[in-house]
Amino acid sequence: MTITAQALDAVAGIVGPTWVRHDRATREVYAADGLPTLHGLPGAVVLPGSRDEVIRVLRVLAHHSVPFVARGAGTGLSGGAVAEAGGVILGLTRLHRILAMDPENRRAVVEPGVVNARLSDAAKPYGLHYAPDPSSQTACTVGGNVAENAGGPHCLKYGVTTQHVLALEVALPTGEVIELGSAAGEPWGPDLVGVFVGSEGTFGVATRITVRLTPLPRAVRTLLADFQSLRAAGEAVSAIIASGIVPAALEMMDGTCVRVVEASIYRAGYPTDAAAVLLVEVDGRDEAAVADLAERAAAHLRAAGARSVRAAREQAERDRLWQGRKKAFGALGRLSPDLVVQDAVVPRTALPDVLDAISVIAARHRVTVANVFHAGDGNLHPNITFDRRNAGERERVERAAAEIMRVCVAAGGTITGEHGVGMDKLRYMSDVFDATTLGAMRDLRRVFDPAERANPGKVIPVRSCREWRGWHRGTRVEPAS
Amino acid sequence: MTPRALTDRVRQLLGDAALPSPSLRDAALPPLVLPTDAAACALLLRTASVEGWRVAVVGAGTWLSAPPGADLRLGTARLDAVGPVEPADLVATAQTGVRWDTLRRGLADRHVWMAQDVPGRDRTLGSALATATSGPLRCGFGALRDQVLGLTLVTGDGRVLHVGGRVVKNVAGYDLAKLALGTFGAFGVIAEAHLRLRAVPRADVTLAVDGMRDALLDVARGVLDRGVPPAALELLSPAAAGHGTWRLAIRLLGTEAEVAADQTEVQSALPRAATVLRGDEAATFWRAFLEASVASPVTLRLGASPSSLEDALDLVALHLDERVADWIAVTIPAGVTRWSGSATAAALARLRRAAAEHEWPVTLERAPWDVRAAVGHFGAYREGVHRIVQGLRAAFDPAGILMAPLDPAA
Repeated sequence: MTITAQALDAVAGIVGPTWVRHDRATREVYAADGLPTLHGLPGAVVLPGSRDEVIRVLRVLAHHSVPFVARGAGTGLSGGAVAEAGGVILGLTRLHRILAMDPENRRAVVEPGVVNARLSDAAKPYGLHYAPDPSSQTACTVGGNVAENAGGPHCLKYGVTTQHVLALEVALPTGEVIELGSAAGEPWGPDLVGVFVGSEGTFGVATRITVRLTPLPRAVRTLLADFQSLRAAGEAVSAIIASGIVPAALEMMDGTCVRVVEASIYRAGYPTDAAAVLLVEVDGRDEAAVADLAERAAAHLRAAGARSVRAAREQAERDRLWQGRKKAFGALGRLSPDLVVQDAVVPRTALPDVLDAISVIAARHRVTVANVFHAGDGNLHPNITFDRRNAGERERVERAAAEIMRVCVAAGGTITGEHGVGMDKLRYMSDVFDATTLGAMRDLRRVFDPAERANPGKVIPVRSCREWRGWHRGTRVEPAS
Repeated sequence: MTPRALTDRVRQLLGDAALPSPSLRDAALPPLVLPTDAAACALLLRTASVEGWRVAVVGAGTWLSAPPGADLRLGTARLDAVGPVEPADLVATAQTGVRWDTLRRGLADRHVWMAQDVPGRDRTLGSALATATSGPLRCGFGALRDQVLGLTLVTGDGRVLHVGGRVVKNVAGYDLAKLALGTFGAFGVIAEAHLRLRAVPRADVTLAVDGMRDALLDVARGVLDRGVPPAALELLSPAAAGHGTWRLAIRLLGTEAEVAADQTEVQSALPRAATVLRGDEAATFWRAFLEASVASPVTLRLGASPSSLEDALDLVALHLDERVADWIAVTIPAGVTRWSGSATAAALARLRRAAAEHEWPVTLERAPWDVRAAVGHFGAYREGVHRIVQGLRAAFDPAGILMAPLDPAA
């Protein structure tokens, strides 16, 4: 449904005409997120400037039965922030205030449009940081992180977003405001914060977010290990994890990715003849203890066949190693105009076999796959380069991506570890959930949003779900045979 | 329906295998049914929903007693299989009727553990999950919910939901597991769980120092200010510590080098030399403390900001425990106070109201049925939440057969 002129006028009366955009050019800007293959032209873009304006806008949209999509920086990689069928984009980037910083209790309260890295910068003078660190952290917002339950390299040790959100003020799609969780560590009832985080904007809009801050480590060691096969690098990951070492981060980049990064302005000093590199970071409070931990990790890397293991000697070198990793997605733009960033998770011991299988799939479909991912979590990002103007190539990319997903599921994994389902992964949901579970998910969503106007068409393949729903209340139960 | 007729109907549905042996039947209690898998749970609950049977879910019976007025008791005793356990992936699957200690020992044999220490004695995994009971290790490893990767939930209307998975990172679909954990079985029976494991740490040391309550809280904050990441930083009341004074217990886990460095740092933050506990001595200390929480009939947990713990403890003392004679444990960085003692429903309700004025939630984790029914496990919801909770109950237990008093009696 497209928003009517009457509804648009009412919204403009709340946020001011400057902050309601319905010209084609602006709508095109908001027609995709970080995933280039999915496109949906919104009916309008509304940019409220305060939580009160958000609430009032939601009431108008509810009155006119207009679907909407809450959106942060639009860096998501699953088409989750794309409006379908002319819905309204509710852009939240103007809600960018850090409302409270409580170093004594290691808490902060922020508006949803606060950029992830800015929160960590604000906490740094207190020796604290906000631990979830997606690669897009210099652009992505905390509100978007909440919607997606975002991760990042250092979530291996520190946990993903859901482990760092204590309380939420949420505006439901009707404009009703509810308070979930508590800054006091215990919820007031069921763990509705845990339910809301990762709901991809389909339950409502988080207007205030209370997060936990984490002490900055005082000692850090960053190791770069290079391998002559992907399999050996994958086996090194399993060996480190099984040994009981909990690295702060354990990241892998394959040779394709390494060479692209080294050819870019993000050059980090990775060996360009490597089949794969591992970036292993250990941290803690005590220099000697962390050095000991790093030596243990290095021993596992060497035992697994690392050709070399190099420790960053200074902060600048460490920053360079990390810049190469975090900017790898951008550097891949050197290979082709378009990139599908895939996201799946497998058991860590399955990494070597799954990486082999991905190589085979890539060869069979004649596509280039560049792997850069959170190996310690088993969270793969097989990125496929392509040119969207080449229809044949695009089709091969789609087929390869689908096969990769199925290999990951068959290995005991799942279809997304941190990017969310959005629109991109809808087609795979039935590979990991049965119809009954999908039906229950929809039941949950309808408790928060009975009209299903909040980010419609995401997360749950609704039509299939209706068809699949097996058991209906009142059905007579037959005895077991 | 009479208990006899109900038992016959269950036998018809699930066969004799789901009924306890005659020697274990208690005519004074509602019939006990012991499903052996999620499908049997589902058939039973589906039937109960259609027939309108009121169902009490029971584990080992060591933490929450079954409510009177139930038509049947659904016991998890035969849902006690463990496996597969994957030490290399640090993941295990277990049915929820397994005893916590059995699970712990089985994992230890594989050199892995689940980083939680659940208060109580002889409890089941399901009991801990349904009540979201976390112990002192919440400080270093997060709450119990953070150790659960996925689970099988049989809803009140008999649907079998498989949520989450066996991988350590997963955002596919809504996190229905969070709904099942800590909601006292209001939405269904957790039949099986996939658990996050860790390798058994190389070094494990507990430091204990005794003193006055508020002085020890200050000491604990000093430890945190020094950047030490303790696995547990727990303040114990005299009753919980098992002797005449308050005790601060600090548990350090990690490599030998990490623990040695942290031990030196912690010691320098203490007013006097700590008692150092290792090995069996440390295990005995923590076990005795955790098991002592069941000596009294009521257990609650109260959340407060870590800087407000003195006030929170004063409030508990004012309403429940003026002589400070009860079992109290404070997980300091999490801001969570656990209290076990005896209390009337009226006193608990007064405490909850007073705590709510400070924005401190109180969860009644364990109490005799009449107290739970009167006070509710939760009860002081924030704005708009009650309607959401009611909606969830209607969605997952539409016939209202599950006896879980989340809210106070009207």
